[in-house]
Amino acid sequence: MPIKASDDPEKARRFREAALPYLNDAYTLARYLLRNAADAEDAVQECYLRAFRHFDSYRGPAMKPWLFAILRNVCRAEYARRATTPTSAIEDVPESAEQAPLWHEAEETPEAELQRRWDADTIRRLVAALAEPFRETFVLREIQNLSYREIADVAEVPVGTVMSRLARARAMLRSAWLAEEEQQK
Amino acid sequence: MTCEEAEVLLHALIDGELDAGHAHEVESHIAGCPRCAAALRDYRVMSKAIAEAGAGYTAPAALRQRIEAALPQPRPAPNRRAVLRGFAMGSAVSALAATGLVAVVLRQDDVDRIQSEVVSAHLRSLQAGHLTDVVSTDQHTVKPWFNGKLDVSPPVIDLTAQGFTLIGGRLDYVDARAIGAVVYRRRQHVINLFVSQTSSTERRAAKIETIQGFNIRHWSERGLNFWAVSDLAKDELADFGEKFESAMHAPG
Repeated sequence: MPIKASDDPEKARRFREAALPYLNDAYTLARYLLRNAADAEDAVQECYLRAFRHFDSYRGPAMKPWLFAILRNVCRAEYARRATTPTSAIEDVPESAEQAPLWHEAEETPEAELQRRWDADTIRRLVAALAEPFRETFVLREIQNLSYREIADVAEVPVGTVMSRLARARAMLRSAWLAEEEQQK
Repeated sequence: MTCEEAEVLLHALIDGELDAGHAHEVESHIAGCPRCAAALRDYRVMSKAIAEAGAGYTAPAALRQRIEAALPQPRPAPNRRAVLRGFAMGSAVSALAATGLVAVVLRQDDVDRIQSEVVSAHLRSLQAGHLTDVVSTDQHTVKPWFNGKLDVSPPVIDLTAQGFTLIGGRLDYVDARAIGAVVYRRRQHVINLFVSQTSSTERRAAKIETIQGFNIRHWSERGLNFWAVSDLAKDELADFGEKFESAMHAPG
């Protein structure tokens, strides 16, 4: 839906000041959720246009989680679109994934300790390989620094779910991290 | 506390989300459990490494521009009166320049600002229905359309034979002044050629720059400033500029 020319420029000015400082954060979240630069750009643009249209009724929460909640809905729509495009379908997450017990390391040897500090590209790749919804929770916490309450609001789940997803995400990332170290030896 | 419980709660400990009582319980479990202690240490290493590596992304400048362009502009679009004011002011400036008393020299940051305004104007023009005010592939229709709308009538040159199709003209607004835009197309690429008056009659050779992913070819001659803006590749935009310049120098 196009923005009407009659929209108040004063509103646009306030919106710019409030929302544009989070553009990199929004783009980062979209990149991790969609794992594709062009789709991420489209999603962020759509998010900002939607946010502007609803800016009149914005009363909180903080701007960043508010934008993220909108962005997440835009990304969900993109998932739905991809699901109907067989060639680019995202991987299915088994229903049971969330209920499965937490990862238990098979062998706990002192050698298995994390040693390496990866560069940004490696970290991005390891995080991007996490399955949804663990990736989303992980990125909101570790990269976006949202509180558990804010993550729960953005992802529309109880705080308890945020905690279990985060625990699982970190356990999976730790395994992937160790496997990467093993490969590089 | 069991390992099962600690496995979840130690994350809340890392993230500072536990109250003092629970934090104490998790810490005493960890003190007696090497396995949970190792996990906690690794998670802390991971968090620190991620924070230090900077795993975020920077939004492309073109995305910022697209969003900016889609929002209502702080400055209202030029209406008839604004265009007339631009006309009056332009005449005053050129009158002063003609006396030789004033040499208007743009500082570098002004040049940069205007270049980026030109790119914004280009982006705005790509929004639906904004590209042309007068639609015609005929230079003899487009050129007179500008008459009386601007203090200077931009040269409108048909370059269809050279591979650049004239599609129309538009009034735009750059640096708080009305400015003419002649619009060309090459394949699916739009070229906006912005033309404004300058107080200097000196010829300035073309320079190509890239701003926010768009190429801009800027040159001046015969008291006019030209900015050709497009997402065309640099060499094709240079080709456009050269064709335009040589057509301008051609007799008749």
